[in-house]
Amino acid sequence: MTDESEVFLSVRDLKVHFPTDDGLVKAVDGLSFELARGRTLGIVGESGSGKSVTSLAVMGLHGVGQYGRGRARISGEIHLDGQELTGADPDSVRRLRGREMAMIFQDPLSSLHPYYTVGTQISEAYRVHHPVTKAAARTRAVELLGRVGIPQPDRRFDDYPHQFSGGMRQRVMIAMALVNNPDLLIADEPTTALDVTVQAQILDLIRDLQQEFGSAVIVITHDLGVVAELADDILVMYAGRCVERGPAERVFYTPQHPYTWGLLGSMPRFDRERSERLTPVRGAPPSLINVPSGCAFHPRCPHADLTGGASRSTVPELREVAERHFAACHLPVADRNRIWEASR
Amino acid sequence: MTAPLHEPGATETALADIAADLPAKAIEGRSPGRIAWLRLRRDKVALAGGTVVVLLILVAVFAPQIVGLLGHPPDQLHEDQIDPNLGTPIHAFGGISRHFLFGVEPVNGRDLFSRVVYGARVSLLVAFLAAVVAVLLGTLFGIVAGYFGGWVDALVSRVMDLLLAFPQLLFIIALVSVVPDSLWGFTGSGVRMAVLIVVIGFFGWPYVGRIVRGQTLALREREYVEAARSLGAGRGYILFRELLPNLIAPITVYTTLMIPTNILTEAALSFLGAGVKPPTPSWGQMLSAAVTVFQADPMFMIIPGLAIFVTVLAFNLFGDGVRDALDPKGSR
Repeated sequence: MTDESEVFLSVRDLKVHFPTDDGLVKAVDGLSFELARGRTLGIVGESGSGKSVTSLAVMGLHGVGQYGRGRARISGEIHLDGQELTGADPDSVRRLRGREMAMIFQDPLSSLHPYYTVGTQISEAYRVHHPVTKAAARTRAVELLGRVGIPQPDRRFDDYPHQFSGGMRQRVMIAMALVNNPDLLIADEPTTALDVTVQAQILDLIRDLQQEFGSAVIVITHDLGVVAELADDILVMYAGRCVERGPAERVFYTPQHPYTWGLLGSMPRFDRERSERLTPVRGAPPSLINVPSGCAFHPRCPHADLTGGASRSTVPELREVAERHFAACHLPVADRNRIWEASR
Repeated sequence: MTAPLHEPGATETALADIAADLPAKAIEGRSPGRIAWLRLRRDKVALAGGTVVVLLILVAVFAPQIVGLLGHPPDQLHEDQIDPNLGTPIHAFGGISRHFLFGVEPVNGRDLFSRVVYGARVSLLVAFLAAVVAVLLGTLFGIVAGYFGGWVDALVSRVMDLLLAFPQLLFIIALVSVVPDSLWGFTGSGVRMAVLIVVIGFFGWPYVGRIVRGQTLALREREYVEAARSLGAGRGYILFRELLPNLIAPITVYTTLMIPTNILTEAALSFLGAGVKPPTPSWGQMLSAAVTVFQADPMFMIIPGLAIFVTVLAFNLFGDGVRDALDPKGSR
C-alpha cells in the first residue's frame, strides 16, 4: 500500500488454520497487507471474519497449550521491520513482543490482572525489556499514566484495576502497551466494551499518541465509525480473506465490494432521514470449515446473479481498481459504480 | 480530554481537582488478602477453630516448657499411681488428679498429659510437612500440566490417576517394615517421621494437582494472561506471577482441609504400628495401646481420641472459614 522502502510490517499470504474434530477451520486464508510507520490500518469485518486471529498471528500469540492438538497451523510470511516472524524461534518473537509490537485488548477489565496494582503491572511490563531498578520503572510508569490522561498518576499507581472506570482502565492498558515505545501497536476492538462518550476520548488518545510516538497502528473493529475516525487505510475481511482494501476515503466514498456496501448500509448515519430503514447484510456469516465455493460472499450477495455464475465457481482475485485500491469481486467495475451510486 | 496531552486541557485539570477533594478513604485500595482477612474476622466459628489451631501449634512448639510446668517427663514411670493387682490407675477416671491432669497410662503409670502434648508434636509436624510436600508437588505439576497441555498434560494426568488408584495404606505399611533404622541422616523415630512425611505427601499431591490443573486450564485463557504474553512475558513469569496468585486461594483452602486428613492418616498408621516408634509418643499409638485395656480403663482411649477429634474438627472449621473468606461469591 506504500513504497517498499517505508514498509514496516508486511504480511504475505498469511494462513491460520485450526484443526478441530469437525474439520479444518480456516480462520485466515491467504491474507496480505503492508503497513508503514506512522500509518494506521483499519481491519473491518463481522465476528468470525478472522480479524482477531490475524492480529494474534502477527503477535505470535497462537501458542497457548503449545503441545495441544488444537494448535494453530500458521503459514505465510510476516515481516516486522525486515525480520521474518512466522518461522522464527518463539523465544526471539517473545522478546519482540512488548518492545517492538504491543497490543490493546477489547475488555480492559479482563486484560488487567486483578491481583496487582496497575502501577506494578505497567512497571513489570517495562522491566521485562529494560534492566532497571523498581524505582526507575515506577517513574516511567507514572510518566506513562500521566501521558494517557490519568489524573494524579503518582497516587493512582498504587490502585487496583477494579478501582478504575472502564475508560480509565483502557487508558491504563494503553499506557502498558506503550511503556516500551513499540513501533507497532495493535488495537483489537479497543472501544467495543466502552461507553459511547468514552469511545471518542480513547480514539483521540490513540491518535494523539500515535503522532507522538510515530508508531504504526492496526485498529481491528467491526465498527466502521471507529476506523473512519482513525484509519489511513482500510482492509475489509470476509471469511478469512481480504475482500477490499484501500485508502480510507476511497473505501468510504467509492466502495467496490458488495460486502462493503452492506457494512456501510447497515451503519446508522445522522445525514439520513429517520424514516429510512437500515439495510442489514442478509444471512449469517459462513462456517469457516465449509467456506462457500467461489466468492465466499456469494450466498449473501444481492448482486451475485450479475456475474453469470462466476461468483459461484471461481474465487475472485484482488484486483486494483484505482491507485492502491483493491477489491475481490466478479462484478464488472461499471456495474459496481452504477449499483453503489444508485444505493446512495 | 481531547486536548493534546502535553498541555493538560481544562477537563483534565478539573478532574484532578475533583480527585484531590475526595477524602483519601474513599479511594483506599484493599488487597485481596486484606479483603479475605476482613471476611474471616466476621466468621465466629472459623475464628474459634483458628484459635484452637493456633493453641495446638503453640502446645506442640512449647511442649517441653508446658510439660515442665504442668506435668512429668513423658517417659517417667509412676508405679505409685497404679493399682498393683489390677494394673489400672488408683484414682478414678483414669487417674486424673491435680498432678496428672489427663490421668496416667495403665500398667506403667506414664503421665498422659505430657504424652498427649508430645504427641501433638508428631501429629502436627507430620501433617504440616506432608501437606507442604503435597502442595509443592501438586502445584508444580498441576500448573505445568494445565498450562502446557498436550502430551505434558496427558503424562501428568495419568501419573495422578495411577497414584490416586494406589492402595497407599498397604503400601506404607509394607514400606515401613523395610525402611532401615537410619536414613537420610535421621535415626530412630526421625526416620519413621521422615518416611511418613514423604509418603503421605507423595500420595497427597495428585489431589492438589487436579485442582491446580483444572484452575490453570481456565485461567490460561484469560485475557490478562494473553495481555501479559503480548507484552513479552516469558513462561516462568506467566506461570508464577500471572497464574499462581489466582491459585493461592484454592491451594490455601485445600491445604487447610488436607492437614486434618493427614493427622488422621498418621494416627491410623501409628495405630497399625507403621507410625513413629514406641518411646516417642503419638496419639494413634496410644489408641492402639488402649485397645487391650479398654474395658478396665476407658479414659486411656478417650483422652488421645479426644485430642485427635478436637484437632481435626478445629482444622476443618478453620478450613471452611478460610474457603468462605477467599470465595468472593460466598455470602455467609
